[in-house]
Amino acid sequence: MMNNSSSSLRLRASWGALLATPSFTSLVTVALLLLMFALGAFGYDGFFSLQVVLNLFIDNAFLLVIAIGMTFVILSGGIDLSVGSVLALTTMISAYLLHVWHWHPLLVIVCVLLLGGVFGAAMGMLIHFFKLQPFIVTLAGMFLARGLCYLISINSITIDDPLYVAMSQTRLEFGDAFISPSVVIAVLMLALAIYLAHFTRFGRAVYAIGGNEHSALLMGLPVGRTKIAVYAFSGFCAALAGVLFSFYMLSGYGLHAQGTELDAIAAVVIGGTLLTGGYGYVAGTLTGVLILGVIQTLIAFDGTLSSWWTKIFIGILLFVFCLAQRLMSLGAARAADANAGGNVVKPSAQVA
Amino acid sequence: MNSNLLSEHDKDNASPWHGLQQALRHPLARPLAALAVLLLIDFFLIPGFFRIEFKDGHLYGSVIDIVNRAAPLMLAALGMTLVIATRGIDISVGAVVAISGTVAATLIGGTVVMHNGVPEYASNIPMAWAIAAAMGAAILCGAWNGLLVATLGLQPIIATLILMVAGRGLAQLLTDGQIITVYYKPFFYLGSGYLFGLPFSLFIVAGMFIVLALLMRKTALGLFIQSVGINPVAARLAGIRTAALIFFVYIFCSACAGLAGLMISANIKSADANNAGLLLELDAILAVTLGGTSLAGGKFSLVGSVIGALIIQALTYTIYSLGVPPEVNMVVKSVVVFLVCLSQSPEFRRMRFSPSQSKSLP
Amino acid sequence: MSAVAMSAATSSAEPALELIGIHKAFTGVKALSEVGLRLYPGEVHTLMGQNGAGKSTLIKVLTGVYAPDSGHILLKGRAIQPGSTLEAQQLGISTVYQEVNLCPNLSVAENIFIGRYPRKWGGVGPIDWATMQRRATKLLARLDLHIDVQKPLSSYPLAIQQMVAISRAVSVSASVLILDEPTSSLDEAEVQLLFKVLRSLRDEGMAILFVTHFLDQTYEISDRITVLRNGVREGEYAASDLSRLDLVNKMVGTPVDASAAGNALAEHADITPAANDGEVFLQARSLGRKGALAPQDLDLRAGEVFGLCGLLGSGRTEMARLLFGADKADSGEISIKGKPVKFSTPRDAIGAGIGFCSEDRKKEGAILELSVRENIILALQARNGLLHVIPRKRQQQIAADYVKWLGIKTPDIDTPIGSLSGGNQQKALLARWLATDPQMLILDEPTRGIDVRAKQEIMDFVMALCRKGMAILFISSEIPEVLRCSDRMLVLRDREGCGEYLRGQLDDASVLQVIAGESA
Repeated sequence: MMNNSSSSLRLRASWGALLATPSFTSLVTVALLLLMFALGAFGYDGFFSLQVVLNLFIDNAFLLVIAIGMTFVILSGGIDLSVGSVLALTTMISAYLLHVWHWHPLLVIVCVLLLGGVFGAAMGMLIHFFKLQPFIVTLAGMFLARGLCYLISINSITIDDPLYVAMSQTRLEFGDAFISPSVVIAVLMLALAIYLAHFTRFGRAVYAIGGNEHSALLMGLPVGRTKIAVYAFSGFCAALAGVLFSFYMLSGYGLHAQGTELDAIAAVVIGGTLLTGGYGYVAGTLTGVLILGVIQTLIAFDGTLSSWWTKIFIGILLFVFCLAQRLMSLGAARAADANAGGNVVKPSAQVA
Repeated sequence: MNSNLLSEHDKDNASPWHGLQQALRHPLARPLAALAVLLLIDFFLIPGFFRIEFKDGHLYGSVIDIVNRAAPLMLAALGMTLVIATRGIDISVGAVVAISGTVAATLIGGTVVMHNGVPEYASNIPMAWAIAAAMGAAILCGAWNGLLVATLGLQPIIATLILMVAGRGLAQLLTDGQIITVYYKPFFYLGSGYLFGLPFSLFIVAGMFIVLALLMRKTALGLFIQSVGINPVAARLAGIRTAALIFFVYIFCSACAGLAGLMISANIKSADANNAGLLLELDAILAVTLGGTSLAGGKFSLVGSVIGALIIQALTYTIYSLGVPPEVNMVVKSVVVFLVCLSQSPEFRRMRFSPSQSKSLP
Repeated sequence: MSAVAMSAATSSAEPALELIGIHKAFTGVKALSEVGLRLYPGEVHTLMGQNGAGKSTLIKVLTGVYAPDSGHILLKGRAIQPGSTLEAQQLGISTVYQEVNLCPNLSVAENIFIGRYPRKWGGVGPIDWATMQRRATKLLARLDLHIDVQKPLSSYPLAIQQMVAISRAVSVSASVLILDEPTSSLDEAEVQLLFKVLRSLRDEGMAILFVTHFLDQTYEISDRITVLRNGVREGEYAASDLSRLDLVNKMVGTPVDASAAGNALAEHADITPAANDGEVFLQARSLGRKGALAPQDLDLRAGEVFGLCGLLGSGRTEMARLLFGADKADSGEISIKGKPVKFSTPRDAIGAGIGFCSEDRKKEGAILELSVRENIILALQARNGLLHVIPRKRQQQIAADYVKWLGIKTPDIDTPIGSLSGGNQQKALLARWLATDPQMLILDEPTRGIDVRAKQEIMDFVMALCRKGMAILFISSEIPEVLRCSDRMLVLRDREGCGEYLRGQLDDASVLQVIAGESA
């Protein structure tokens, strides 16, 4: 009696499971990106050009790097609200070291990258050792970083170091268009992140922890070390993004990158990574960043919509993707539930 | 402490000591102590801090100033307290502030009207309607959050993140990023008016507090919220309507934010969608945690949150008055958040009270 | 019958795992006393015992979660002291739990090889996915499982997930495999699949310790059985030498033995039987839920005590939760006083006049930081709604009354309930439901953790209420108690009803026979 029903239930379960697999959501995102680009190409003159595409990369290189770090944090089941502020702090420290202390630019870059990593690691240690909630620790970190920014200087400090200026103005040829060095750095970072995520113990441990931290612990994975490393990596990415941003803006300023952490989270979620952790691809984040970029480009090309619509569209997209994620996880859980006879750990509405 | 001199039996009889120890164990003791310390620092370092005079028909002084400026934060903290008590969080509060201020300012504005040969500003629509519209918008935001959290089951931080991103964009859209100036005098009363010599904003906060206190006392709301926060499974099995309750607290939190938005807007006599309420959610969460309510939910203290808001405002004022750059404020706030969180963490307490004293836990 | 009998097949040299004289106590409670266990290679050895017998404590000692107060653990003759699950695993003791404890988001192959990835370039390069998948497929094939190892674990039903867990355990350490209640969520076909795998592992020489509470399965798979009761080893037997009735007797304790106090109560109690013609309050037809309970009919009459009798895991709590709306039923319907109702939340059931005193008071009952008074009036207040607040004086009166009637030991009614002892918490939670003046009360293990005299007080109180017209569904692990109190009784075994009996039709001995499935 139970055999027939269980095999048909199994069929339903696998369909439900298919919907819940990360590749599905990521593919949807890619489709969405292509759709939006097609809309632009048909709707506006000059949209369908290589330079427009490359501009997406040029303008959002720093966001891509930050979002990469954020992806790892979210995959592990946490969140990092401090990245925007760390970016700003990086630009400020860089500007100060260059302008006031006249350090060598390469030394400055190494220094701020290290600082970013240490800042992230410190937050990671608080989160892990004292079992504090990630959002409140990184929220406080956000306060701290921005406050430190203003402590160094309230006004912006210009960067006129030749290396930075060169980085800012260099145009690398790409077909009959151009990109900036920042794009190269960002893409290299993306490649590194993909390697980390799929071919190293660290990356797999991140996924395991995001899937079921308790199981990961029981299986002998270094949960504590990995969690701290994840936040350190996020801090490092924020610092690197800060370096790229200072190439772009040639200044250090406390008001830089306000709200960037939210853009990063949006890019990660839209890219198909579940906010509850464990599911998602780093490559999806690239798609998410590009979608955010396309939205802005579309609005700019349109000319009639004010740029405020960007935030609203991002919010709408974020909502749609969160809703879809939630519905799919509910559906998959119900299917697995029917199969397992009610003894499955269900995703529940939890507090941050 | 001279408690060594008192034996167990004597302790009961030595009432002043006992009373003091009881008082110190009260949950409000720490926030009050923090506020007291802060005010003490102010007293010594800022000349004339506690001086209150009667000028221009109202009370005037640093203390009055602090209380006046803290009013919007106190409101936001009151709303946030209930949300946190149910194990939730609402980071869209700042966006709601921007929205409500924008709606009110847009609807009121102030066009020049000739009145007996004297130019006066009249409101675009009756002020009462504008305020109602602003509050309505805020309540809609709360309903949206409640829908996401209670009905769809999204994590509170993610659900409210959506409104935080989109809401401010909405407000900026309405104003096209410009600051909308309000010229209608009666509106300013909300933010900077005085009643019986005291700031009117204080009366608004007091009114909201009284309403809440009555709700807690006269209805079972406090009991239900605490139950849901401490043990949602047991609460549901006991017959409490957990979903409806959670829905309500998010609406209430946004309503408080809406009211705060009106006050802020009235105070600066304009609506600034870019900056109004920026980082207010963080201050509100900080105020609630300072006041003793745990982020994990459960028992909450409205009075504590109000004290927490006062602490934050007093801190800002102190830093400002001491000539320290106001940016230090952010650094100090972050350190305070870390300390408060650590003090709430059982792991930290265990470490402090002797690492060797670990009991075997089955 | 108490002598240890060993079959020829397992009389090989030394045990793969041996426990000698294990003692473990927690503040005042003796969980294990002088417990021994011998697990030989090439056997399936089942550990059986009721709630509180010490099964889970023993497993935790074996896997390094607890350190024993005294005694030795010998692995292949060598003394070991695992300090953590990881250490136990490295020593060669792997455990597969009911909840599988794998990562559902990762692929099957990855779950098997987590932490031990094959890598390119002599171990320093990137993870070699192809090799990993090949090896995983081969490992699973050994268990006669042929599935796509690249798909995420969550896309497979729990039974398959358990196989994957077993495969991982086996490939990580080949000495001892412990399975902790693996069949609780499996259907019949899946159980057979699992057993096939276990048999093939056993034949290869694996020492398997199997923990379960399902009687049928025990006899199907076990070579030998160790029975624990109240923290003491009742005995170690060859499965073929132990009849089901004897097994149940050993687990539950012979009627004379099982709490002499309980028997003393038998004389003291003056339970007047029900009139047997009470109006039917609740009627359930074919009520069931996949994996929890097979469809069952039930009639609960006013003024009558209906008992659910059976061993741990037989489906008693599951039945109660279905009746209360705490879980959604897959089949069947319920009617109250003849009118069909649908309970989608407990609130509906409470509105219909039902109360449910849950067995897991920590997770489902007590709101620890709230006071005794608040906990007691909670359900009543929830039913009243938000606005009709019970006046403070009345709350205090209600709380004080129940404190007196049930003998709740508390400094005062405003003490947080968390500081009360377990038994007193239980009484307060019972008071919560009594305060709602229900027409039907479900009591799930109401006297667990309560001393004998308090048990008596509570049962007297509840019985008096019953005779005044309340319908009661009574669930207890203590079979004599259920027999004594019930006017009508449903015996449950392995999530299925196996007979309804009236008061007096069964006694302590015959009920065990029914549970064991032997005649009756």
